[in-house]
Amino acid sequence: MIVATRPHALTTAPTHYCPGCTHGIIHRLVAEAIDALGIEGRTIGIAPVGCSVLAYNYFNLDMTVAAHGRAPAVATGLKRANPESIVFAYQGDGDLASIGMAEAVHAAARNENITVIFVNNAIYGMTGGQMAPTSLPGQVTQTSPAGRDELLCGFPVKVCEMLAQLDGPEYIARVAANSVKNVLSAKKAIEKAFRNQVEGRGFSLVEVLSSCPTNWGMTPGDALGWMDSTMIPYYPLGVYKDRSAKEAD
Amino acid sequence: MAKTVLMKGNEALAEAAIQAGCRHYFGYPITPQTEIGAYLAKRMPEVGGVFLQAESEIAAIHMVYGASCAGKRAMTSSSSPGISLKSEGLSYLAGSDLPAFVVNVQRAGPGLGGIQPAQADYFQATRGGGHGDFRNIVLAPASVQEMASLTLRGFDLADRYNMTAMILTDGTIGQMMEQVTLESAEPTAFEKPWALTGTRCEREKHVITSLYLAPDELEQKNLSRFARYARVQRAETMVETYGMEDAEICLVAYGIAARVSKNAVAAARASGIRAGLIRPITLWPFPAEALANAAEHVRQFLSVELSMGQMIQDIELAIRCRRPVSLVSRVGGMIPTPEQVLLAIERVARGEAI
Ligand SMILES: Cc1ncc(C[n+]2csc(CCOP(=O)(O)OP(=O)(O)O)c2C)c(N)n1
Ligand code: SF4
Repeated sequence: MIVATRPHALTTAPTHYCPGCTHGIIHRLVAEAIDALGIEGRTIGIAPVGCSVLAYNYFNLDMTVAAHGRAPAVATGLKRANPESIVFAYQGDGDLASIGMAEAVHAAARNENITVIFVNNAIYGMTGGQMAPTSLPGQVTQTSPAGRDELLCGFPVKVCEMLAQLDGPEYIARVAANSVKNVLSAKKAIEKAFRNQVEGRGFSLVEVLSSCPTNWGMTPGDALGWMDSTMIPYYPLGVYKDRSAKEAD
Repeated sequence: MAKTVLMKGNEALAEAAIQAGCRHYFGYPITPQTEIGAYLAKRMPEVGGVFLQAESEIAAIHMVYGASCAGKRAMTSSSSPGISLKSEGLSYLAGSDLPAFVVNVQRAGPGLGGIQPAQADYFQATRGGGHGDFRNIVLAPASVQEMASLTLRGFDLADRYNMTAMILTDGTIGQMMEQVTLESAEPTAFEKPWALTGTRCEREKHVITSLYLAPDELEQKNLSRFARYARVQRAETMVETYGMEDAEICLVAYGIAARVSKNAVAAARASGIRAGLIRPITLWPFPAEALANAAEHVRQFLSVELSMGQMIQDIELAIRCRRPVSLVSRVGGMIPTPEQVLLAIERVARGEAI
């Protein structure tokens, strides 16, 4: 009995991600959505600057790499130049919620017909564990060694809550990649974010809470547990905006 | 069919971009390039193109990057402070070997500076303008006609050499009105087999990146890029000369400074001084050979610039400092008058310092 096969939109290259990192699971969910919708031949991916900068090695798709934080602008250019293509940006939390905040917010406000997969692991993974805009209050990182002090470093940025305030975007949802149950709803959300684009509905962003055992200083198992105990309560899962559901009401 | 009309420089440039087949404009408002955006906001929808006002110059240049990845002709325009923001994107475009068309209608700096014309972004433009080893093709129009013709040329050069072509002009050329003849020839078609158009599940995927983690591979990338740049230097250098057959005093100037200098050279020659003008039309590649040849018979060079002296370094390099080169300049948005330049010519003709 075949339990799982490799999605066609994924290559056979082994990923470089650390053991227990959920970037790999999220790649798989993106590839499954692309397979399910039969859009591999016209999908174009944009890798960010961050641990997933080499994502182009793992997808069987035309791909480019944007400068740090600029993926939504690159996606805008690609999509406007060729509206037939399905364009997605894959971005980390430093990439999207810090240096690339303006590009993300304005792509959402314009309701660009693109899909953004926003991987929030509450830390800068690639550069070795610095504080991210999404690091939690009290979280120890390389650049907040005594724990994130809100008086000193400000508060974490809740991207979904913020973007849901805009009139522009079609679909904003937060999911997590830390348990079978959560991964199944993540799969649904990601597929919806791509289907919205196929149907011409506009900007869809799925924030996926993700683990970074390496820079959190935890075992892979503890990291998944910490997501349940600490991360999800601060970043509640759910659909923050869904224009099509509203229309259906 | 060609038609002759009266137009502002910025508008002529914008219309030429349409003639060049550009259907994707991304920009952010700034003086004194305003007319380009205003013109294309109206014109792009008429031709089924995209005009998009971006949230910043940074976003605009990365939108150009995206559209260029898709294999389409795309452009952005700005003025000095905005070009500083675009320098990130210029570097990524170069690192990914993507064609792009960028316009800098320069204003005086540094910082917010002023909105009057200047030529103080010469270093920034001719040295690439971002991090890493790279160059842009830099075209310097000196008339409204050239705003149009060099735009057509710029799009072709960008596509031919897979690099950024930049128009480096200033507020005067951008905003003055002159007669311009607009060609309505079909734009040159370039194959872009590398474009991100989707695999159709029929071919190997395309990847456009500037990331090469293996140093030997990245070295090869840089070497082949510079081999291409050498071809540009050999084939695409453009220069105009005026009165250079017998010149003892050679003015070197581009853009608005070249127009002023031409008047001064004519006045000097009328009073019997053997002056001449070399006007680089491409600032990169710089017409070093024309200058080196001139150094055979020229006694003294004058670099006429709206900057504290930037192009003067390229002149000295081109002539290997074999002759003295002096600077004639106004800055801050001021433009030298032909009389000021003539005075400088007369002084050096008498052997005086200027
Ligand atoms: C302009 C610029 N600034 C800084 C960097 C260095 N840098 C590389 S990755 C990164 C952070 C990535 O963190 P995140 O987006 O959270 O992704 P992760 O690695 O955690 O997946 C930074 C700051 C860069 N490459 N470019
Ligand atoms: S550093 Fe963190 S985010 Fe990066 S691959 Fe390792 S576990 Fe994943």
